[in-house]
Amino acid sequence: MLVPLFSSKLLLVLLFGTLFGLILGVLPGLGPTTGGALILPFTMTLDPLSAIVLLTSIYCAGTYGGAITAVLINTPGTPAAAATCLDGYPLAQKGEAGRALGMATVSSTVGGIFSVIILVFFAPLLAKLAYEFGQPEYFALAIFGLTMLASIGEGSPIKNLIAGAFGILISTIGKDFMTSIDRFTYGINELSVGIGFIPVVVGLFAISEMLTQSTLLNQVFKRVALKAVKLPSKDDYKKTWKTILRSSGIGSFIGVLPAEGGTVASLIGYSEAKRFSKEPEEFGKGSIEGIAGAEAANNAATGGAMVPTLALGIPGSATTAVILTGLIIHGVRPGPDLFREQPDFLYGIFGAMLIANILFFIFGFFGAKVFARITLVPNKILWPMIFAVSVCGTYSLSQSIIDVWIMLFFGVLGFFMRRYGFSVVPVIIGLILGELVEGTLRQSLVIFDGNWLMFLTRPIALTFFILSLIALAFPLLRSKKIKK
Amino acid sequence: MNNVRNKKRANKSLPFFFKDEFKVFFIIVLVSTILLISTFSFDTVPPILNRGIQPATFPKGLLVLIILLTSLIYYLSFKKPWKKEKKLPKTFFLTIISFVLFILISKTLDFFLAISVLSIFVSYNWGEKRIFYLLLVGIIFPLVVFIFFEMILGLRFPPGIITNLYYY
Repeated sequence: MLVPLFSSKLLLVLLFGTLFGLILGVLPGLGPTTGGALILPFTMTLDPLSAIVLLTSIYCAGTYGGAITAVLINTPGTPAAAATCLDGYPLAQKGEAGRALGMATVSSTVGGIFSVIILVFFAPLLAKLAYEFGQPEYFALAIFGLTMLASIGEGSPIKNLIAGAFGILISTIGKDFMTSIDRFTYGINELSVGIGFIPVVVGLFAISEMLTQSTLLNQVFKRVALKAVKLPSKDDYKKTWKTILRSSGIGSFIGVLPAEGGTVASLIGYSEAKRFSKEPEEFGKGSIEGIAGAEAANNAATGGAMVPTLALGIPGSATTAVILTGLIIHGVRPGPDLFREQPDFLYGIFGAMLIANILFFIFGFFGAKVFARITLVPNKILWPMIFAVSVCGTYSLSQSIIDVWIMLFFGVLGFFMRRYGFSVVPVIIGLILGELVEGTLRQSLVIFDGNWLMFLTRPIALTFFILSLIALAFPLLRSKKIKK
Repeated sequence: MNNVRNKKRANKSLPFFFKDEFKVFFIIVLVSTILLISTFSFDTVPPILNRGIQPATFPKGLLVLIILLTSLIYYLSFKKPWKKEKKLPKTFFLTIISFVLFILISKTLDFFLAISVLSIFVSYNWGEKRIFYLLLVGIIFPLVVFIFFEMILGLRFPPGIITNLYYY
């Protein structure tokens, strides 16, 4: 598994990716998704394996990096670290920041490595299963992915569905890929090739976050002092090992589902840790189990989310959508054939994720204090710089100024979407899956001679449709249960 | 206590078209309807070339779905009103103005100049008054990024009054 990585260039890329991922994770508002999108144009100078190794190491390290800010300044560096704030910061306030970060580092590493093992075993199995899939099954799977995203993602399920449908709608702009007929181009030549992924993702994440930061300039962070990160004591290990393993399992499972992996996984990991704890009253006051539960789960979601991304070409999270784009622009088509034709490439990715988890443990353990200082860079300096990189990165892909304007448009749109409770992640996933959804639907209808009911005669497709209905009903049942 | 009651009353008496729920509903439905109407002008293909459905059918379906779901969230907002959002600060509008400036300058004068102007404008309006830092974000950093993209990625930036000095 590690053999493809035995090159100094790849190890250097891994090292850089892990460091960059940690910096992105530490900075509130940035994160592995935005960072991955910003760095995507740079990967064009790399070979496909190095490019994907860079993106996956950013993903792993960025997910962990959010815990540093969550513990020290009570602000999650990434949404996936939100649950870590609940106990990490109170523990840090008690003068035990080093202990809190030590537990976050260990549980993140264990969760991450656990999920890589899941990835190594389950991705090939899922890919084998995907050989049974025809166009109708892929259509049903994509619909299932979108409904899952709506139901267990952040915020209102209906708003998530609207955002997902909007994302698919964006993918229809340009020439219809089956008949070459212009759609929503309104005579603008630049639109006939469609809207690129990078302008949309940089706009929705980086630029909309810049606008959000413009409304939060008076916010003052109180940083807790950190002397050094401490490895958990024997007592802490005794208390938390079951929680870490349980959350690793939960995180990997949630990650596999095509949805907003890490954030949901950490919340469920946290609440399950509380449910099984002998001291549930300590949660929210600085419980070490709370930190372990949340952190093991969010990092375990990274490997889980890579399973459907590599095996089916269906992204398991927003960051894996960026990784999927990276694969596509480097001419690698994820899916069952990838497992048969390029096993070295895949094992290179698996190995890179494993090493990235070990590297961020080392960097986190010895360098958390330094990384925490990055939060001291004021927004008034940081965000104009991010803007310059966003603009040049977006421009670089197709050397089109229109792309930069599209990025700004989506930045403003993303700001208002988030302000009114619409998650921007479904837009990204919808945009990525759009062509697959429409293409498979239309090809299925050709196979079925226009008879929509024929979808119900395909057992796998029918199963996915039933699962989609369950996914849609789930939030309704959940809210009724909460009311009771 | 009376103040709180008066405020609550004021919120309740707000005409429906001033509420966020209605504004969001109205904008989404309006834009979707315009787009839906425009789909009727898409070309159609003869049955022999038709791959399952006409090219306009899929986007039409999506737009109808968006309109229906938006109507549903508006209906549900009667039962559970949205929380009122805080007023946007001046810095937000200044940042938006900087985007407009960026588009105008990049279109008419120079791409690099547009980045510099936006960076200085945003940094200054967000509270940075020190000249060194303004120069850092407005000139030194964009220059580093520009040269990096130009040299490493072999990117050619669009011509303009400053970019031309570099190229010629």
